[in-house]
Amino acid sequence: MTGELDLGTSPMLRQAVVAAVADGHNNLVIDLSGVDFIDSAGLGSVIGALRRVRSHDGHLLLVCSEQRVLRVFEMCDLDRVFTFHVDIDSAVGTPVQV
Amino acid sequence: MSGIVELRVPAAPEYLQMVRSVVGATASTGANLKPERVSDLRLAVSEAATNAMEAHGQSGVEDRVIIRCDLSASQIEVEVADSGPGFDPNSLSPLPDVDSPDRLRYESGLGVSLMHHLTDETIVESHGNGTAVRLIVHFGD
Repeated sequence: MTGELDLGTSPMLRQAVVAAVADGHNNLVIDLSGVDFIDSAGLGSVIGALRRVRSHDGHLLLVCSEQRVLRVFEMCDLDRVFTFHVDIDSAVGTPVQV
Repeated sequence: MSGIVELRVPAAPEYLQMVRSVVGATASTGANLKPERVSDLRLAVSEAATNAMEAHGQSGVEDRVIIRCDLSASQIEVEVADSGPGFDPNSLSPLPDVDSPDRLRYESGLGVSLMHHLTDETIVESHGNGTAVRLIVHFGD
């Protein structure tokens, strides 16, 4: 994802996650490193992604190092729910915790 | 610098980015407002405008959403007004704790609490023919 994740752009994320899970990819990494703004509608789409992969016994990791975006997760206590990585290599190299 | 900037936008999410940009630019002209506080106000306005657009969409209202920035020497006040069906701000239920599995069932419901968190004052006035949210950020804090 790049740009701003809000009510207007979050449907793209939802559709991508639905398509990936439908294709059998239950362990996903969402790369938010190009996202410089997120609001609660954007957070909602990420929560929806987590719920979807978990319902298929999968896992979701997020790539994000933008402080403005991380702060929004923190304000909503969602930093306790998601696992963040600084880059894709770090995320895909992480052993899945069951 | 003081003055008023008013936007009247269709209730369509593709206008949210423009709303944030205009509010951010207006707030940046305020005296010594830190970039972090401008970012906070942009997020709060995004929350209010999102709720307003959804209220119009859910009720089939075709009126425009009004965003009015009132800049004074001491503060910026942004009012986001819609013509939706309104709601009782006191009836909002807290979301389940993030440690609860039920929390993932909720993809919305964070907006009003975020607005309070991000501004010095958030005032929600709602009645049967619309809602007005006033977001106030003081300069110099």
